[in-house]
Amino acid sequence: MHMPPLDPDILSRRAEIVAALRVIVPGEGVIDDLDGMRPYECDALSAYRQMPLVVVLPDTVAQVSAILRYCQDHKVKVVPRGAGTSLSGGSMPVGDAILLGMGKFNRVLEIDYPNRCARVQPGVTNLGVSKAVESEGFYYAPDPSSQIACSIGGNVAENSGGVHCLKYGLTTNNLLGIEMVLMNGEVVRLGGKHLDAGGYDLMGLMTGSEGLLGVVTEVTVRLLRKPTTARAVLLGFPTEAGAADCVAAVIASGIIPGGMEMMDKDAVKCAENYVGAGYPLDAEGLLIVELDGPPVEVDHLVARVEEIAKGRGATTCRVSRDEQERVLFWAGRKAAFPAVGQITPDYMCLDGSVPRGRLVEVLAEMRQMSKTHRLRVVNVFHAGDGNLHPLILFDANDPDELKRAEEFGADILRLCVRVGGVLTGEHGVGIEKRDLMGEQFTEIDLDQQMRVKCAFDPDHLLNPGKVFPKLRRCAELGRLVVHQNKIPFPDIPRF
Amino acid sequence: MTGTIRPRDTQELRQAVEWALNADESLEVRGTGSKQALGKPTACKQVLDLSAIAGVVDYAPEELVVTVRAGTPLRDVEALLAQRNQMLAFEPPDLGPLLGREPGEGTLVGTLMGNFAGPRRLSAGAARDHLLGFSGVNGRGEWFKSGGRVMKNVTGYDLSKLIAGSWGTLAVLDEVSVKVLPAPDQTRTLLLHGLDDAMAVKALCAAMGSPHEVSGAAHIKDRTALRVEGVAPSVEARLTGLRDLLSDTGATMDELGTLESRAFWRDVRDVTVLGADADAVIWRISCPPTEGPRVVARIRNQRPTMKAFYDWSGGLIWLALPPTADGDHVLVRAALGATGGHATLIRASEAVRAAVPVFQPQSAALLALAQRVKDSFDPKGLFNPGRLG
Repeated sequence: MHMPPLDPDILSRRAEIVAALRVIVPGEGVIDDLDGMRPYECDALSAYRQMPLVVVLPDTVAQVSAILRYCQDHKVKVVPRGAGTSLSGGSMPVGDAILLGMGKFNRVLEIDYPNRCARVQPGVTNLGVSKAVESEGFYYAPDPSSQIACSIGGNVAENSGGVHCLKYGLTTNNLLGIEMVLMNGEVVRLGGKHLDAGGYDLMGLMTGSEGLLGVVTEVTVRLLRKPTTARAVLLGFPTEAGAADCVAAVIASGIIPGGMEMMDKDAVKCAENYVGAGYPLDAEGLLIVELDGPPVEVDHLVARVEEIAKGRGATTCRVSRDEQERVLFWAGRKAAFPAVGQITPDYMCLDGSVPRGRLVEVLAEMRQMSKTHRLRVVNVFHAGDGNLHPLILFDANDPDELKRAEEFGADILRLCVRVGGVLTGEHGVGIEKRDLMGEQFTEIDLDQQMRVKCAFDPDHLLNPGKVFPKLRRCAELGRLVVHQNKIPFPDIPRF
Repeated sequence: MTGTIRPRDTQELRQAVEWALNADESLEVRGTGSKQALGKPTACKQVLDLSAIAGVVDYAPEELVVTVRAGTPLRDVEALLAQRNQMLAFEPPDLGPLLGREPGEGTLVGTLMGNFAGPRRLSAGAARDHLLGFSGVNGRGEWFKSGGRVMKNVTGYDLSKLIAGSWGTLAVLDEVSVKVLPAPDQTRTLLLHGLDDAMAVKALCAAMGSPHEVSGAAHIKDRTALRVEGVAPSVEARLTGLRDLLSDTGATMDELGTLESRAFWRDVRDVTVLGADADAVIWRISCPPTEGPRVVARIRNQRPTMKAFYDWSGGLIWLALPPTADGDHVLVRAALGATGGHATLIRASEAVRAAVPVFQPQSAALLALAQRVKDSFDPKGLFNPGRLG
């Protein structure tokens, strides 16, 4: 993985930078020894590691503001980090950059049930929000698989999804407000407890901006009341295509399930071995469809989904009888990644989106690629919204296998773009998919995105080396070539 | 030189922008012009009319997405979706009649540009939540795209969010892809009679915090309305649940069936229920739902003849005020005060709109940031200069 070359000037000023940070964050909030920094050397994309210049853990907004202003004034780069669970290297440290850890911002500030929202600090975990409100029957809808560990601030940065975003939306659809610090140290508040922005929707822009535009210091999330009931249906199919076809058919029939997940035969086997969820081992494709709402509605929808599945050749059709069984059905799915870890030394978890109607052919082509690259692939994914998570199995100790795994991964993502999908589903671009951006975007598209970055961070100091394959200076991007009076008025109808 | 340029395709659109860029002419960008009387008047001599770049590019009902060109009338899109029993879930309002135009004139892209959503905003999200991707020409004359046609649509920055609600000031779109959803089988409405504003909003918030999936929550004079949509047995069960939940309000209750409900919520959506006089100044306020009644009371104190109603569980207030020289912008924004939210002057004479802030004034830091964002798309300020003031 190629990263921008380290700036020798910054490295030589390390002691001075550490001292300046100690003035801003007194006590143990600045970590500059190797042992202390070790836990921060990578995120969940652990194939890539790098020691940061220094780690700083502020605990007030004023400190975050002072740190960023210092970095802006002294042209020091900054990598923001929530819980460090990014799967795309979004919070991977950079050797000549400060790692700004937001873990100390871990308080729930306010819960407002009548207005159905909660104000939390960015270091609160995703599950922590739901836990804080569950006694009153509420929850926070986005539920990424890492929800026990990942932070809300990181969710905002990556626009995280999860199993239930098919019906309830991604992070971006569940935010009401944020407070953030700009690179120049200014603190701005966007949104609040009301709906929609006056002026440009900068909160929408911030969501999913992968830590490149600002540092979030407070989040107001929308709370939802838990549905009265939820039941899960297990549907086993003799072919992968049958399962994929059923996904498209359920959506086409006008049903939006709470979640609709697919697992292939290998994933089913691993998960069953790991958890014993009662999955049918003979199925080539397994769907878990969750339906929620009032009991009469759930009964009605379960019947319709069963009918659609049988019409598409389902050989197994089991409906959860109680809450315990519903949780068990999901337990296998939720443990699928670690379960697959049992049959391979290493795996690479990919993330891309395709139109649901192309799932059948995408899965078939992936099988073909698996043969070409001589590596196994296991599929466990959010089928309902066409969000693939292929796991490529390999052995990182074999350099040739690692290389083939990377090539296989890139081929899968190119396939996603080719069939009308996009490079990412919910894991972000980070460093992982940075160099593939050109598969989806033209240089003009990327230049426009980089110009937006310049509006927030004119010196490219925030989370450098991520998202964009080729960095261009803001001054160069901003240059406007005008052919004064050289372009005649075009031949367009005018009145 | 004044006039209207009406490009017929992307190539001509790009040429028109390139011409404006080189000739130093700003452009008033419009679809059919149905919202021309909304926002700050611009001083452009050239109109860039997108009505000829129209038509549906692709509709994939099973993928829940439709792609249309910029000038496509909203009603054409809605009619197309209705054939497959689908809809734009954010319930785009038709503000034409409110703004002195014929009904049904506006375009889908125009609706997106104002980020307008109807009563279902509460449960289904805003217009911006449904814009999956777009392409268009920036102020450098470059054609670019962002987002996609799939549900998890974003790679890189989510420029769709920024474009929705930008009032045509960032880029001139030629095409958008929008998420669609199945239309409900049934729509019924529970009406509570005789509650005052404070009690009504309390009831609305209680209903929204219940598991009964309310998709419309409005209070108009002495009627408090809750909409429930879906398959028949589910609607029935949820209405029963709501009646139980709200029995302690002491209000008398009755119901509207599907056809009556559709008409009722259409009138809420299009602000017809406000019953504003022809010369009234119209404001739209978004605030935390529970604060709605207090905001309204502060204004009513000063303007006892004003009319008002609440949507979005109390968080959206529509006001009709007697005309004044300053559109009462000081009064309205002071009433909102530190509550948090924003007030938009939706209808007033051109002179009033030219003189007072139409959109909620922002802090200096935000204003400067917004200007830098604007410059990143449109460095010479070609598109709708001043419209967002």
